[in-house]
Amino acid sequence: MDKLLREIVLENSDHIVKKWLTEIDRKKADNYTVSISEELFESTNREFVNVIFSSVEKEGMLEDLHKFSERLIHLGWPLSYLTEGMQAFRRVTMNFILERSEEVDSQQFTEILEGVDQWIDPIVNFLVNEYSGNWENTVSIQRMALQELSAPLIPVMEGITIMPLVGTIDTERAKLIMENLLDGVIKHNAEVVLMDITGVPVVDTMVAHHIIQAAEAVRLIGASCILVGIRPEIAQTIVNLGIDLSNFPTKSSLQKGFRSALEITGRRVVNVGEEDDVENILDSLGKE
Amino acid sequence: MMDNHFQSCIPIQKEWDIVAARQQGRDFSKQIGFGAVDQARIATAISELARNIYLYAQKGAICFEYIEDMEHKGIKIIASDEGPGISDISRVMEDGYTTSGGLGAGLPGIKRLMDHFDIYSEEGKGTEVTIQKWLR
Repeated sequence: MDKLLREIVLENSDHIVKKWLTEIDRKKADNYTVSISEELFESTNREFVNVIFSSVEKEGMLEDLHKFSERLIHLGWPLSYLTEGMQAFRRVTMNFILERSEEVDSQQFTEILEGVDQWIDPIVNFLVNEYSGNWENTVSIQRMALQELSAPLIPVMEGITIMPLVGTIDTERAKLIMENLLDGVIKHNAEVVLMDITGVPVVDTMVAHHIIQAAEAVRLIGASCILVGIRPEIAQTIVNLGIDLSNFPTKSSLQKGFRSALEITGRRVVNVGEEDDVENILDSLGKE
Repeated sequence: MMDNHFQSCIPIQKEWDIVAARQQGRDFSKQIGFGAVDQARIATAISELARNIYLYAQKGAICFEYIEDMEHKGIKIIASDEGPGISDISRVMEDGYTTSGGLGAGLPGIKRLMDHFDIYSEEGKGTEVTIQKWLR
């Protein structure tokens, strides 16, 4: 039965392809493919339908399908294009077979249905897996990239280190901040660490708690921590929340923090000439 | 034009949902016309509420609503969960009380950040916190 169906479909592929293409073309109007040119859309459709037929013909030879889906993923076509295409193919094929058969009882109907599903489902599964595998891959790469960015430590001068924090701090990141901070203080032999929170959008009690703990840990290993980059609205919410930051020094900007770090390490900014103005360097540091 | 009764909910299940809720709250409050300081207050309050759900109840939702009376407009936020509930509400409203090793500034802090604060909790059933902020 399955073989017979396959033969019918393959012999009449031209007819089915034509119907499928009109069906897909109708879909084009209502969504996703707005930004795709007419020619590309048509050629991709033709390729898609050829790939479907070749996998029906070869019974699960998925080499072509793999190449095709890889290319579409690369071009950024939506998965819905493929799933809708497969649904259309199922509809068209079913209709075609049923039109061809003179009388179909429910037994045969079920067989036809099963037969068609057997060709189509593996293709759909394959495509969905390819796509979701690709997404998972992207997500894990991004997670890695994010982790690398999450708690950098920059030694700017002997004894002075800066940790600029940008973005949301969650528990995992808070842990990293603490580890990197302590490792860095030991490694760079830092006396003062400036923790810059200019880029942290919200400081709630959890974030504050982690910052306090990190600062306390830095103090325990013999260095001091200055919290810089506290924006006015963040200062107000910290006060409203009733968080006590009186135990460690804070400064509004990195520039001011750096000045006090210099003082702590027994240094001072001195003007030596107009072209090579350390004040200017400090000013530009503060603006960044 | 703003829809007068827009309401939307963000489910809280993962830690990153806290960020989504906060972002949504910030966008809403910006839309209503709150300034930077109030936006930060609202976002912080949402962050606290969402974190409480995540820490103590594991699962819940934060809902946002646009509110309006004769003179002002504002935002109403409802945080609800079906967690263990709070046995002694007056204690959690004390500054410095914590069961998780945190700062214990969460709920009393939220109350200070907002104009209106209401908490309802039943042990074994769950907790619902309603907060409001009016635009002045």
